Amino acid sequence: MSVDLSQFHQVFYEESYEGLDAMEQGLLEMNVDAPDDEIINTIFRSAHSIKGGSGTFGFMQVANFTHVLETLLDEVRSGDRSLNQTTMDLLLVSVDCMRDMLQALQNGEEPDMSNADDLRAQFEAILKNEDPSQALAQSANSKEGSDSGQPPSDKSGGDGAGADGKNGWSIDFIPEPQLLQTGNEPTRMFRQISELCDGNMSVTVKTDNLPSFSSLNPEHCFLNWHIDVHAPLEKSVIDEVFEWVIDDAEINIYPLGQSCEAESQKIQESEPDKQVTPAAVEPIAVTTSQSTDEKPKAPQKAAAPQESSSIRVDIDKVDNLINMVGELVITQSMLGELGENFDMGRVQRLQEGLAQLEHNTRELQESVMKIRMMPISFVFSRFPRLVRDTARKLDKKIDLVMSGENTELDKTVMEKLGDPMVHLIRNSMDHGVETPEERIKNGKSETGTVELKAYHQSGNIVIEIEDDGAGLNTERILQKARENGVISEDANLSEDQVFDLIFQPGFSTADVVSDLSGRGVGMDVVRRNIAALNGSIEVFSQKNKGSRFVIRLPLTLAILDGQLVQVEDQIYIFPLVSIVESIQYQGSELNNVGGHSDVLQLRDEYVPILLLNQTFGIQTENDDLDESIIVVVEADGEKIGVVVDELLGQQQVVIKSLEENYKKVEGISGATILGDGTVALIIDVSGLSKLSVTSLKDLDRKVKNHKAA
Amino acid sequence: MAKILAVDDSASMRQMVSFTLKGAGHQVTEASDGVEALKIAQGQAMDLVLSDVNMPNMNGIELCANLRQLPSYKFTPILMLTTESTGDKKMAGKTAGATGWIVKPFNPDQLLTTIKKVLG
Repeated sequence: MSVDLSQFHQVFYEESYEGLDAMEQGLLEMNVDAPDDEIINTIFRSAHSIKGGSGTFGFMQVANFTHVLETLLDEVRSGDRSLNQTTMDLLLVSVDCMRDMLQALQNGEEPDMSNADDLRAQFEAILKNEDPSQALAQSANSKEGSDSGQPPSDKSGGDGAGADGKNGWSIDFIPEPQLLQTGNEPTRMFRQISELCDGNMSVTVKTDNLPSFSSLNPEHCFLNWHIDVHAPLEKSVIDEVFEWVIDDAEINIYPLGQSCEAESQKIQESEPDKQVTPAAVEPIAVTTSQSTDEKPKAPQKAAAPQESSSIRVDIDKVDNLINMVGELVITQSMLGELGENFDMGRVQRLQEGLAQLEHNTRELQESVMKIRMMPISFVFSRFPRLVRDTARKLDKKIDLVMSGENTELDKTVMEKLGDPMVHLIRNSMDHGVETPEERIKNGKSETGTVELKAYHQSGNIVIEIEDDGAGLNTERILQKARENGVISEDANLSEDQVFDLIFQPGFSTADVVSDLSGRGVGMDVVRRNIAALNGSIEVFSQKNKGSRFVIRLPLTLAILDGQLVQVEDQIYIFPLVSIVESIQYQGSELNNVGGHSDVLQLRDEYVPILLLNQTFGIQTENDDLDESIIVVVEADGEKIGVVVDELLGQQQVVIKSLEENYKKVEGISGATILGDGTVALIIDVSGLSKLSVTSLKDLDRKVKNHKAA
Repeated sequence: MAKILAVDDSASMRQMVSFTLKGAGHQVTEASDGVEALKIAQGQAMDLVLSDVNMPNMNGIELCANLRQLPSYKFTPILMLTTESTGDKKMAGKTAGATGWIVKPFNPDQLLTTIKKVLG
């Protein structure tokens, strides 16, 4: 029977990644001086499972690498070896290394073994109690082929089995009384031998040791056997039959026709090696055949993004869903029956039924949404490591405090949240938290704190990243902004507005661009990424107290809280989060700048005005705007006023992709289907502001220059 | 056809074992650790137990010792799936009452050959 092992690969990858995460977490939690047994066990178990799985599924590179790791961990676990910081660091690096190897394999590529070989050499040195750094040098000198190496404990056995025994074998099998208690059954062994020699055997039972009936324990074995096998079998084959019972029985195997004394060799001498050899060789063959098989497929595999493969859903959620569907079916059949012989007297029951249907649908929708929800710990879990490594690089002492890890969030949102958060945390550590010396000088404790919080607030998820560092430096931000031309020389900004400048494109406050924060990704990208998720980011800061970044995100990307607006006979939808305010159109508050565009003076700001009917080319019957409404929306830190005919209600809408169903339209992010079946377009606010001829900054400057002149 | 209890904390191994055994016509019940396995075993008799050694909550050795305390598992074959090729782990298994072992990594054919040793 042949089983296609590749069908289990996906599960193997997933659980291995989980195992690696668990290892990483365990390593980070572990106190080197007083290691916790439970943590070591968890780490060991993860390594052990990865090794077992990778061996079974033919990924020998991973299995061989994990083997040394496992050996080391096993020694730690059994108390034969103590941990030190070097070993811990090596273990953490190995976790990354294994993750890389698995990712390469998953994408159908051959993993790069140079890193793994270096690490393995270092571990082997540790196991031999040598200095790992020297092993590194050695391994660099003589790089051995990585996949040729079998786990070091496998001495390739093979003891020229069956030197004699051409005529067959005699076996004395004298079990200990408790043999049966291990579930071993002598008759099964005889049957096995019989199969091996096609029945050319004889079994003689010896009852010498049988006690008297009164002292006979029926669960014990008192019989001995002598077996003659009349077939030229390899001795190793016979050894294997008795492999499991050698410790529970006296077994003598000798060539047929000789006496027991002639070769009273016990089985165990040659036993341990044999089982290993065939088992270990087989999967190597699998690896090679597989890599040739899969070559043509590789590009296609690599193209598939690794994240969106599958999600794990709590069984409760599924049960709940099934329950909901059940309710829905009941309501449906109730309504169906009602419709069959309907008269006006039953209108009330119809209404009740419809109300119930609405209720069911909403609950069902919520339950379905919940399936995509995962605890934010999936993102948070990588941060302890990040903070540890970054703090080391920066020579700072920083504690990470996390709360609300169980707050649930849509998986898609979560996947896109990782990078912006990494950036923010690095930023807080690099620019926020001061060096230990500075902190002491400022009367703070030596160790800084970065706090991560997640919680739900009115249909949104809020994530806060707070540090107790130096806070934003208002003067430096202003200076930088003027230098880079982000603001004009004489701009008078409130503190909040100054803080907001860090989100402007082309802005970096670090005097020296370090390799940590300044890698070309600025806070403007962070804000754009978060805006792309229909979210917002704000910063609060207090000098010498620290800064706090607050990210607000919708719980899901599939549903949007929308404001419905009407323009002529069309209905458009604004994301509710983007709306700042809505005001009645009054011609007197508008200024005309540069001859072709209007701006609205909104308190001390100038906001460009955009007519939605013009932008989307809708036929208008009257040009009178007096009854209109201006919806002031904000995107990418810029406000625009959008003129619409009327505000309709607010409602949650399900987002349908316009690109998939039609094509991309500038200024439109998607579509939805309203209750009456018509299609309404959802406004892409940041796209819309780009559509408007002039951006806020230009306008603001123009207006101000105009005024000054 | 035999009733087999497959115990492993690794879902991929469990699936592989279970798929192979079902393919050979056996009836397989899965458990992800010793505690779960013991609970299942308390409810029904099995013809064979295949268990991983290293598992959270209750490991394979403890499971084995616990199973041998159950009257209906006194003589049931219990095979340990182990990566340890060294003797001491096997010894611990034997002391706890394990029948034998299968050394990981193994392929489906090796698994079927091995369980044939203990199934009627």
